[in-house]
Amino acid sequence: MSELDKSELDELNSDADTALPDPLEMPVMVPDAMKDLHSFEAAPKHQNDLGFPGELVDDWQDVAIAKIGDLRQKYRSFRVYLDSCVKCGACTDKCHYYLGTGDPKNMPVARQDLLRSVYRRYYTIPGKIAPWLVGARDLTEDVLSEWYNYYHQCSQCRRCSVYCPYGIDTAEISMAAREIMDSVGKGQKYCNEIIGKVHSIGNNLGMPAKAIKATMEDFEEELEEDTGIPIKLPVDKKGADVLLVTPSADFFAEPHIDGLFGYAKVFHELGVDWTLSTTASEAGNFGMFIGSYDNMRKVSLRIREAALELGVKRIIFGECGHAWRVAYAFLNTLAGPWDFLDPKYPVPQHVCEFTFDAINDGKLEFDKTQNDHMTLTFHDSCNIARATRMGDKPGGQFEIPRAVIKAVCNNYHDMDEDTIKEGTVCCGGGGGILTDDLMDVRVKGAQPRMRALRKVTEEHGVTNLAAICAICKSQFTKVLPKYDFDMEAIQSVHQLVSNAIIMSDAPKEEETPAPESPAKSEDEPSPSSEADKKMDDPHQNDRIG
Amino acid sequence: MITTIYALAFYFATILLVVGIAYRIFEYAKVPAPLNIATTPAPTTVSGVWLRMFCEVALFESLFKSNKWIWIFGYLFHAGLLLVLIRHIRYFVDPRHVPDFIWLGIAYIQPIGKYAGFAMVFGLAGLAIRRIVVNRVRYISSPSDHLMLLLLIMIGVSGFMMQYVDRTDIVSVKNFFLSLAYLNMFDWQPLPDSLPLMVHLTLVLILMIIFPYSKLLHAPGIFFSPTRNQVDNPREKRRLAPWAKALESGSDKK
Repeated sequence: MSELDKSELDELNSDADTALPDPLEMPVMVPDAMKDLHSFEAAPKHQNDLGFPGELVDDWQDVAIAKIGDLRQKYRSFRVYLDSCVKCGACTDKCHYYLGTGDPKNMPVARQDLLRSVYRRYYTIPGKIAPWLVGARDLTEDVLSEWYNYYHQCSQCRRCSVYCPYGIDTAEISMAAREIMDSVGKGQKYCNEIIGKVHSIGNNLGMPAKAIKATMEDFEEELEEDTGIPIKLPVDKKGADVLLVTPSADFFAEPHIDGLFGYAKVFHELGVDWTLSTTASEAGNFGMFIGSYDNMRKVSLRIREAALELGVKRIIFGECGHAWRVAYAFLNTLAGPWDFLDPKYPVPQHVCEFTFDAINDGKLEFDKTQNDHMTLTFHDSCNIARATRMGDKPGGQFEIPRAVIKAVCNNYHDMDEDTIKEGTVCCGGGGGILTDDLMDVRVKGAQPRMRALRKVTEEHGVTNLAAICAICKSQFTKVLPKYDFDMEAIQSVHQLVSNAIIMSDAPKEEETPAPESPAKSEDEPSPSSEADKKMDDPHQNDRIG
Repeated sequence: MITTIYALAFYFATILLVVGIAYRIFEYAKVPAPLNIATTPAPTTVSGVWLRMFCEVALFESLFKSNKWIWIFGYLFHAGLLLVLIRHIRYFVDPRHVPDFIWLGIAYIQPIGKYAGFAMVFGLAGLAIRRIVVNRVRYISSPSDHLMLLLLIMIGVSGFMMQYVDRTDIVSVKNFFLSLAYLNMFDWQPLPDSLPLMVHLTLVLILMIIFPYSKLLHAPGIFFSPTRNQVDNPREKRRLAPWAKALESGSDKK
């Protein structure tokens, strides 16, 4: 992993009165800076599990070219976007990976052109007649390797699609490119191994049913110790009203677990009969990252099966970015129709929508001072911001999480307007690149977000960053320290809810069972993680920087 | 001789342009959009999508958000081109065959159309300079990208030449095109002998011919862009592409 430029770090660490770099500052262009970053390729077994050839097939050029032809008959986006780009340059400074690396092939249009040039060569008349004139080229081994490296430096965040005058979405091209590579036997280990685990076990982590049940039991004990209330985390409960589908990271990673505790407390407080499923124990759907409709559909159908088997009436998704995209925008198509669920509720719902509605109905009470040791900002996760909605109005995906945060926190400040909402800059780890072998580009790609965070830290005293995406949370935990922030500065939104929620059935002071939980046991911050212990210390307030 | 060559060339180019674009539109319409990929926040109603598309096509809304320089140059070029094209209608129609109010409109636009020509070339020049000067844009440019701008600039400049330098007998030009437009197959009126005119018409012919095979397809393409033309209603409305429907009959779904 390459380190950040020293001067850059110095700049980041400079005093408040020194001018901070603009989060979206243009880099110096360094051609081929990232050309050798090659993530691990999938082993034959992982390929075969998903129905792809185990290794590079002999006639891979023919197969790949035929696949391009196939995809352009199946996806209008692919077809229209390959034809329509005029190379105006509007997108060239919009990708966080270009801003962070300076490698021109990380400019959206250049990334698309890696494939468009081949499409032109084999599927357009000018490309067949005069390839040199229109930037068309043969599909060679070098080109394939370039595809592999640069299409795995795209987090499919769609920031470029916001700014393109024709709405060209590089994510569509990079998904297609990955599908083409899978079809010739050149898949990526990280994505394909994970999808295989979902098919065989039920979640990205590969956590078997027994382990999930045991973990939830541990969590229940932990919650009861903290709150004095038997808050349940039901698993495979038949006849429950609500099926919660949440990323498996919520079962094992910080700060994800604290978010899970937040959902559990909200459900408990509202008296909701809910359950997790051991088979649909993953909200994420990496099938999208590799552009495979088949795999995405297969992963989605688990949720349908679990909902039918458990006989639930509603489906709610936990905090996860691309999961919410697949859930909100694709699930109806992939695994619907959902006519067997309660028609009173949208299918599916986001947990933030659920909590927001309960807050609006006055059903939840909070002690906001429990979050007073922090000043929050919110990181809009790319897939939620630019590919989904919450509530019934456009832009609800920005307003609802912020409204939830503001309902439970006193101190909140947004980052620069051009780095949030529809213009949000990706955490740097989305789209199937949250793997250590791609750490270099992950760290560099996080630069715009980290600079925006530095700015609100210096100018508005922001201490913590809240997010509603499992990948964002994991990515920030890793990259925050690289930019001199505390790794624990990242918070789940429902962790904040968990800190502040007042549980109405909490035992009276004298009945508090846990000896170390004194007076305000009912609104004590959730579980006894290291993070929370530190948070109680007023001197630890400045969690960032 | 020259008249015959240009007459045949214009028939050929017109057929190619119309059939070519119609075929592309047919192709784009035929390919399904299997998933809802609207770039959000997106309109939740069909009328909202019409408004969004109008803002994109008429105002270049996304480009405005993106880059003010490209927007200014691009807008000057496209708006200029539109007015110039409207201005040119009078060369292709016989006033006797069009309603008065339309002809009045065409007559009204004439003086504006002249200035619009300058705006168009100014915008194109700005885009061409940008393409060379800004290293990011230079990096992504192929020879065809530069040549396309040069072609359009030359069309504009040769047009100015016909007007201001070597004044062309425009009445004869009009008679030529009227004889083409009204299909007087065996009585094509002669084109006047004028170098700027020959250049102008030749370049226009090239533009018409390459249109359906080039990036100029962005013009029909934008209307088919799923990120822009889809209604944000995936929870309410299930979409299923024909090829995706075929998967449904499999035994894997309960």
